[in-house]
Amino acid sequence: MGKKVTIEPVTRVEGHGKVTIHLDDNGNVERSRLHIVEFRGFEKFIQGRPYWEAPVTVQRLCGICPVSHHLAAAKALDVIVGAGTGTGLTPTGEKMRRLMHYGQTFQSHALHFFHLASPDLLFGVDGDPAIRNIIGVALQHKELAVQGVMMRKYGQEIIKATAGKKVHGTGAIPGGINKHLTEQERDSFLNGADPLNIDKMIEWSESALAFFLDYHAKNTDFIDNFSVFPSSHLSLVRKDGALDLYHGVLRAIDTEGKKILNDVDYQDYNKYISEEVKNWSYMKFPYLKHLGKENGWYTVGPLARMNTADFIDTPLAGKAHEAFKAYTNGKPNNMSMHMHWARLIEILHSAEKMKELLNDPDLLSGELTTKGKRRAEGVGVIEAPRGTLFHHYEVNKDDTIKMANLIVSTTNNNTPMNNAVNMVANNYMNGQKEITEGMMNAVEVGIRAYDPCLSCATHAMGQMPLDVSLYDNKNNLIDRKTT
Amino acid sequence: MSQIKILIYGYGNPGRQDDGLGNEFIEQIQSWAKNDENTAYEFDSNYQLNIEEAELISTKDLIIFVDASIEKEVETYKLTKVSNSSDITFTTHHASPGYILQLCNSIFDKQPPTYLLHIKGFEWDFKVGLSAKAKTNLEKALLFMKKKLKKPNTLIQQF
Repeated sequence: MGKKVTIEPVTRVEGHGKVTIHLDDNGNVERSRLHIVEFRGFEKFIQGRPYWEAPVTVQRLCGICPVSHHLAAAKALDVIVGAGTGTGLTPTGEKMRRLMHYGQTFQSHALHFFHLASPDLLFGVDGDPAIRNIIGVALQHKELAVQGVMMRKYGQEIIKATAGKKVHGTGAIPGGINKHLTEQERDSFLNGADPLNIDKMIEWSESALAFFLDYHAKNTDFIDNFSVFPSSHLSLVRKDGALDLYHGVLRAIDTEGKKILNDVDYQDYNKYISEEVKNWSYMKFPYLKHLGKENGWYTVGPLARMNTADFIDTPLAGKAHEAFKAYTNGKPNNMSMHMHWARLIEILHSAEKMKELLNDPDLLSGELTTKGKRRAEGVGVIEAPRGTLFHHYEVNKDDTIKMANLIVSTTNNNTPMNNAVNMVANNYMNGQKEITEGMMNAVEVGIRAYDPCLSCATHAMGQMPLDVSLYDNKNNLIDRKTT
Repeated sequence: MSQIKILIYGYGNPGRQDDGLGNEFIEQIQSWAKNDENTAYEFDSNYQLNIEEAELISTKDLIIFVDASIEKEVETYKLTKVSNSSDITFTTHHASPGYILQLCNSIFDKQPPTYLLHIKGFEWDFKVGLSAKAKTNLEKALLFMKKKLKKPNTLIQQF
């Protein structure tokens, strides 16, 4: 009989997730699971509400990525008001939304890299937790910490200017957007005092990427071998195969790079994707129907997007993407730590895209909305910072929401995160009789590479420390640690 | 003497019932302050605190964060001084006032006096609107703060 290790985040409300690692009689890892045990009731909550409220209401799902939900819902409702399936908006409507989205991606990725990943890289997975945080980074590498804070601030200001406000932004509405950018706002974003201007943001994005590449060159073994496992990858891509975070067709590739979902219209996503329910987690397990539950799982997010996209259409990020692809000779990259590399390429791409948009006069004037023949159903999909996000609504004749189905990015990554935990557990826990600090850190790093948004996937609130419990083969608690 | 700058910052998710206490506090105190021509105060709110708040507070003389509380020791409301903290949770996504203060100190070499007004909440479901008991606590907390805010130039000494 084996032992069981439990890693349990605790939140202000009851909802939480935990990791259990089961050891066999010899002390080797038998299996491991990432459990999410908060009930997801949001789809029920918005049934019966007027559909036009959804882009604002769905932001209540999550205080971490409200813009992603705001835009995905708005895209679904574009379909319902007859404004097309992603390309029917006015130039102003689409470009303002894109600016909002690139601002969101920029600040979200910056937060993840500077706030979470850089401490792991600078101080090591086994580093002292007391200093393995951005405050530790600030003490030893102040410039990195300052860049992280100010890049976040720049992205947040973009969101405020396009969405209207930080809490429950109202910028995106069914059929378009509700405001232009003012000249004053544009000039400030383009030419504001250092460091809050777009050229400085691009410069810092390049230096963050250079920092990672330098680290990679010096720590190749760790970056290339920590939590590596074969996976399929799924994301939106533009119709010509370019990376597009706002709109496109659904593409999935297998571990060899062969297309297993060939650029299909996401309005039909439920023809191709289903979700499995398992009795040990409230978070579902999405999979490609034609490959089945066992083999149809996939990874989403920055790494997946680098793998599925043929190219990137901004010069600096485009060049970085070529180097990324070349590293695996064009084959899909399944190295979990390369998610940081991918994220940094997307930071740079988002900065370049913001500059392109800020120089576009369509942001300052032009029609804000459009509409056409009303429909009863719509699907909105967006590449959120953490991966592909699906919003699907059916509405009644009285304009109330009849049905809502959301597949959030973190849910799409459910199986890969479980696999990552399993890989790490096998590397660190085999033959161990107690939970080591290195094991705790490694599990954190393995999960964290996906930048999971558990509050988004589970609707929990508040802090989520890790609580690790070790059980013997009779389920007796023999060790416990909390981060 | 230049006027002091005081930031009052509420946070929480208004879509989770009483978790929106901090945001609602800001709505109401801001509305009250509009009638007063005092420019010492700046109000802000968000779903949660994040690292860019370190830069924001670095430019202020006094900061009062406002958040919903589930703690037993908070009966209605409670004002506590915020100390530096390096605690951070593993998935990013939650930063405490103490963490923001320490980050401000580490990056910007500033340590403005910082307080947290805890307001006791009771209900946390997916619903907009505070519970009746939370509303009562909010009113009491507002009364308490309005008295203090009437004299901004002596506010720091009052804490």
